[in-house]
Amino acid sequence: MARVRTVKPRGFIERSLEALVRALGHAIESEEIAKSDGLLQHLDPRVKLVGFFSLILASVLSRSLVIISAIFAFAILMAMCSRVPLLTLVKRVWLPILIFTTIIGAPALFMTPGQVIYRFPILNLGITAQGARSTLFLLARTETAATLSLLLVLCTYWTHLLKALRALRVPAVVVVVLGMTHRYIFLLLETARETFESRRSRIINSLRGSESRQLAVNTAAVLMDRSLQVADDVYMAMQSRGYDGEVRVMPEFRMKRKDYAVLAFLLSLSAIAVWLGR
Amino acid sequence: MHIPDGYLSPATCAALYAAASPFWCVSLQRVKKLLNTRMVPLLSLSAAFSFVVMMFNLPLPGGTTGHATGVAVSAIVLGPWASMLAISVALIIQAVFFGDGGITAIGANCFNIAIIGSLVAYGVYRVISAGAAFGSRRRFVAAAIAGYASINVAAFITAIEFGIQPALFRDATGTPLYAPYGLSVTIPAMMLGHVTFAGVAEALLTAGVLGYLQRTRPALLAHRLTGRPSTALANEAGTVGWRSLKPLVAGLALLLLLTPLGVLAVGTAWGEWSAEDFASVEGRNQIAAVSGNQAPPATVPSGLQRLSSVWTAPFPDYAPPMVKHESFGYVLSGMFGVGLVTLATMALGGVLRFRGAGAHREA
Repeated sequence: MARVRTVKPRGFIERSLEALVRALGHAIESEEIAKSDGLLQHLDPRVKLVGFFSLILASVLSRSLVIISAIFAFAILMAMCSRVPLLTLVKRVWLPILIFTTIIGAPALFMTPGQVIYRFPILNLGITAQGARSTLFLLARTETAATLSLLLVLCTYWTHLLKALRALRVPAVVVVVLGMTHRYIFLLLETARETFESRRSRIINSLRGSESRQLAVNTAAVLMDRSLQVADDVYMAMQSRGYDGEVRVMPEFRMKRKDYAVLAFLLSLSAIAVWLGR
Repeated sequence: MHIPDGYLSPATCAALYAAASPFWCVSLQRVKKLLNTRMVPLLSLSAAFSFVVMMFNLPLPGGTTGHATGVAVSAIVLGPWASMLAISVALIIQAVFFGDGGITAIGANCFNIAIIGSLVAYGVYRVISAGAAFGSRRRFVAAAIAGYASINVAAFITAIEFGIQPALFRDATGTPLYAPYGLSVTIPAMMLGHVTFAGVAEALLTAGVLGYLQRTRPALLAHRLTGRPSTALANEAGTVGWRSLKPLVAGLALLLLLTPLGVLAVGTAWGEWSAEDFASVEGRNQIAAVSGNQAPPATVPSGLQRLSSVWTAPFPDYAPPMVKHESFGYVLSGMFGVGLVTLATMALGGVLRFRGAGAHREA
């Protein structure tokens, strides 16, 4: 009798559950840090949005590793002043990006044509100066931009961040869709988690490959069905509360003198970084 | 496939934001007209679904697992325009809130996955399933192929975006400033994973979800799968027409008006060399200059030599033989190309409408 290939219940269900729980955990952690009493938490969300975007742009535009590193150091300083645990940055950004970008960028050390600065004796592989610089550019830019993005999200409530998007002339309807999506992501994450959990609790043996595929696909289909049903329910609820298709956003924020000063500082810093790193 | 910050140059990111913008404008208008007050909750929940389904680990044949994007499912169930918006929203939240994909690369990621993915999935599905009965095996196969094609085309476009970086953005020492590999590396590297794992995961998810919804919620899919305007959604879809395509047409017209800028470009585009370029001294110098002073091969590559005689373009080098003025010929070629693409699109649309009408008569 042919041996049937089986997938242990722990395999894909556990991994899917892990991803879903991790996403929920990140959201809770972000809310906790946004609540704390730090430097960035006290700033107007529009200042943070515009200022951080300009810094990200500066790190991507800069052609100098020193300048990109300086922006990275500045981001760490801001994280420390805003009570963001460095371990959170290590786990959520630095380590995953280091691993991912090293895997992607490592072959460039040898493949980029240029001046050989080190040759491996047995393998006869040469690391070129251009290859090393190129890999460092990739790593420095990615780490810096991702650190700044995460800092922005960790130190700002999502609802405030969305409202700040209006300052960048993003249409109100887009802002509302983004806000509502964010809210219902957690409902669907929870639904998916419960579905997987309930299925796992009923499994006592290994699943065959086709069975496990069927289970995963059916869960996705149920989730889609559920999301369309919820969309209908939400629509009815919105209509019953007088929604007429016109999107209205809650009152704007008020800029203080400190906010103007920080905005001017961040924009100047970005401009200087771009100019020095040109 | 989510591109992080730093892999693409700001110029590429800006170009891809510009390329995505007309599609976003058109889809927003079309969906608003189509769904009116229903738009906000439907798009939000669809985006939330796409976000969550991207986290699923799908068991693949062979014992491994893979992730899918759900773009083809969205495109088939919601239609390409709503799908573009829903997937874009999911990608924006992934980038901003969860750091999956860069902020400067949002335009690129949305263009590749949400826009190209949705259009390819919907187009492939409609072409293969045209005239097939509701619930038929052909629709199931069409959904799988649509999923497979959408993710692979999106991956291919991403590979091209990565692959052109070292040719366009280097510093004085020849160091690539962004993604360091050329097309010869990025295309096989990206496609290997997508042709084997990601494509299969997308195909399984699309076909599986569509199959499930056909069995359990046939009414939900009837209008999309049969092309029959059985719901208010589909009824309105037919009345939206060309008016809402105005921003897209305006964007394309602007690009057409900018065609003469190509006349200002000096030399040949990197990698677009002909056998003559390798043979002439001037051509060889140009190739070496743009390739980090790396000398081209001493003789014309044999493959290039052999294949260059297979097909002779009617307008070689964008210069129709009957037009003497080079710049005028270039602009004329641009206009001719746009006209040809428009005609082909209209013809395809006609065929789809004809086959759809045939299916209605049979039903």
